[in-house]
Amino acid sequence: MFERIKQMMIKEFHQIFRDKRMRPIIFLTPVLQLIIFGYAVTTDVNNVSLAVYDLDRSYESRELTRRFEASGYFQVFCSIERPEEVQDLLDRGKVLAVLQIDRGFSADIKKGKQAEVQVLFDGTDSNTALVAMSYANAIITGYAKSLGGPHVRASAARLDVRARAWYNPALRSKNYNVPGVIAIMIMLICLLLTSMAVVREREIGTMEQLMVTPLKPAEMILGKTIPFAIIGFFDMFLVTIVGVFWFSIPIQGSLPLLVLCTAIYLLSVLGIGLFISTISKTQQQAMMGTFLFFAPAILLSGLMFPIENMPVAVQYGTYLNPLRYFLVIIRGIFLKGNGIPILWPQMLSLFILGAAVMTISALRFRKRLV
Amino acid sequence: MPDAGVITITGLTKSFGDNIAVDDLHLEVRRGELFGLVGPDGAGKTTIMRLLAAIMSPDSGEAWIAGSSILHEGERIKEKIGYMSQRFGLYEDLTVMENIIFYADLYEVSKKERPARIERLLGFSNLTPFKGRLAGKLSGGMKQKLGLACALIHTPEVLFLDEPTNGVDPVSRRDFWRILYDLLKEQVTIFVSTAYLDEAERCTRIGLIHKGRLITTDTPAKVRKSIPLSMVEIWAPDARKAAEAAKGMAGVKDVSVYGNRFHVALAEVGLTDRIIEQLKEKGIAVIDHRQVLPSLEDVFIHIVRSSEL
Ligand SMILES: Nc1ncnc2c1ncn2[C@@H]1O[C@H](COP(=O)(O)OP(=O)(O)OP(=O)(O)O)[C@@H](O)[C@H]1O
Ligand SMILES: [Mg+2]
Repeated sequence: MFERIKQMMIKEFHQIFRDKRMRPIIFLTPVLQLIIFGYAVTTDVNNVSLAVYDLDRSYESRELTRRFEASGYFQVFCSIERPEEVQDLLDRGKVLAVLQIDRGFSADIKKGKQAEVQVLFDGTDSNTALVAMSYANAIITGYAKSLGGPHVRASAARLDVRARAWYNPALRSKNYNVPGVIAIMIMLICLLLTSMAVVREREIGTMEQLMVTPLKPAEMILGKTIPFAIIGFFDMFLVTIVGVFWFSIPIQGSLPLLVLCTAIYLLSVLGIGLFISTISKTQQQAMMGTFLFFAPAILLSGLMFPIENMPVAVQYGTYLNPLRYFLVIIRGIFLKGNGIPILWPQMLSLFILGAAVMTISALRFRKRLV
Repeated sequence: MPDAGVITITGLTKSFGDNIAVDDLHLEVRRGELFGLVGPDGAGKTTIMRLLAAIMSPDSGEAWIAGSSILHEGERIKEKIGYMSQRFGLYEDLTVMENIIFYADLYEVSKKERPARIERLLGFSNLTPFKGRLAGKLSGGMKQKLGLACALIHTPEVLFLDEPTNGVDPVSRRDFWRILYDLLKEQVTIFVSTAYLDEAERCTRIGLIHKGRLITTDTPAKVRKSIPLSMVEIWAPDARKAAEAAKGMAGVKDVSVYGNRFHVALAEVGLTDRIIEQLKEKGIAVIDHRQVLPSLEDVFIHIVRSSEL
């Protein structure tokens, strides 16, 4: 049993390393993805164009405006005189944000009352808006502190951006993205390799020859998935090392826990890869099947768009997405140093999902084999 | 459970949609036979092989291979048989030796027996000098011998070979058959499919199949003789034209052209001279003619055509 699985794996590795197309997939793609996400798709937001609608015209309101400007994140594009202009500037995309300071702001501060400012954002690019919003929050909070009390509140914050700023104090999108890259890269590579490897044997005719041997379906499945799990781990370490040493991403949590969670995650990913292989006749179909799953899996994972912002029906759909759970886990481990006491619900969900997917695929696989 | 034959097939049927690939097949093959399944493309040869190797399930019917049922004991059958698929089924990106060792492991050939066995297999297939070569870089004939070596690694009782010499050069083909004859001496039962009739002549017994139906089974010689058919071979400068002319004549059952000569199947032996007369009357030049034993191919064509009527 183990001997046969071992031989299947040895054979698989021989093939992988002799296949010239495989090497770039294993070694280059992960690093490339990391660089793209680390540099190009940087969601750090600078120089957000800001219009100021200062109705208070006091020393305090000017001071707050000055702080927005001095932060480096915002650039005052113009001052607004009439209320219609607020809507107009945002609509036409002239500015991304409007800082509105109502009359009575300075008076409230002086009286020690709760003072309010409004920051309106163009939510088209929800990510940028989100980040800019958290900057605005940080600036306002900073100003409030300098006054000696939490008197000033930004009433525009619809999302809980404070929590995020807390764990990623510089609000560096890299810190946030690199763990995400690890998660999607493991998924893409393992899905693609598993689904293609099985279909390939069917396509080139070696599957028929395997079927007439006493090799059992379970041995075949393990022999076909373990090599790609090993490659998945290898790529995880590769990207983590590049992330830590090149992009200086801190790992707050435990590395062994990361390895354990990756193993749980791989269960679903390999299961899905296997499933795709049972419904594909050709390698082309397997590749298409992989991307057909992969693209929505990324969009509906919370990697780029917060799940809370999605329609409710879609939110339920995300419960079937392994990436959803693993993102929370891997970000938790990297950024917050979370351990099992906090992450166990995600780990358990991921495990149940993985076990279910694997079982379904294995059953389908058995039918195809005999 | 029947025990008379190593392969016993009763009423085996398999369809793909409306297409009946194997139609109510009954057959018995004894130990040590070299049985040839002969039929043209799409006759159902591969499907029969797959059913017998228990990698495909029949719609109905049953078969026993060395006493094990294909319906219920598929896994036991797999330990007893060697199977070589029609398409090259080994890994082209592994070397000859890696392929052999891989299959030795899958069949759990013990580490003790392994070296001697591998050496012997490499020896008779003349692959020893190519141990380290990638299988994909072998010639067609060598690939087939490697396939055979891998199928024999566990010394199976029954060997299934699906069109093993398809696309192989004549010299390698002869080599391959020499190996099969050597195996017969070791009491291995060989079940081979072929679309080549000259190969069918080399089998101890053959079954002609057409459109999934087994038409006849016997020794190649008896199959040939059992047909009430007189065959004359006529050489002509324009064989095609002459054959066309002969087709319509009384007593002519069948005509097939082979380059500059053609075979005419006749209902009676005495008709030959009349045919030659008639051709000459039509002004068609005839170089020579002689009586020939109908080849298996003639017989096959005849049987197929008359079964289609
Ligand atoms: N998996 C399949 N799905 C659908 N139809 C099939 C399948 N396998 C075989 N057939 C059909 O069954 C019939 C018999 O095919 P089979 O491959 O057994 O013939 P064969 O004698 O091996 O032919 P060849 O000389 O081309 O190998 C053909 O009409 C073929 O199209
Ligand atoms: Mg065939």
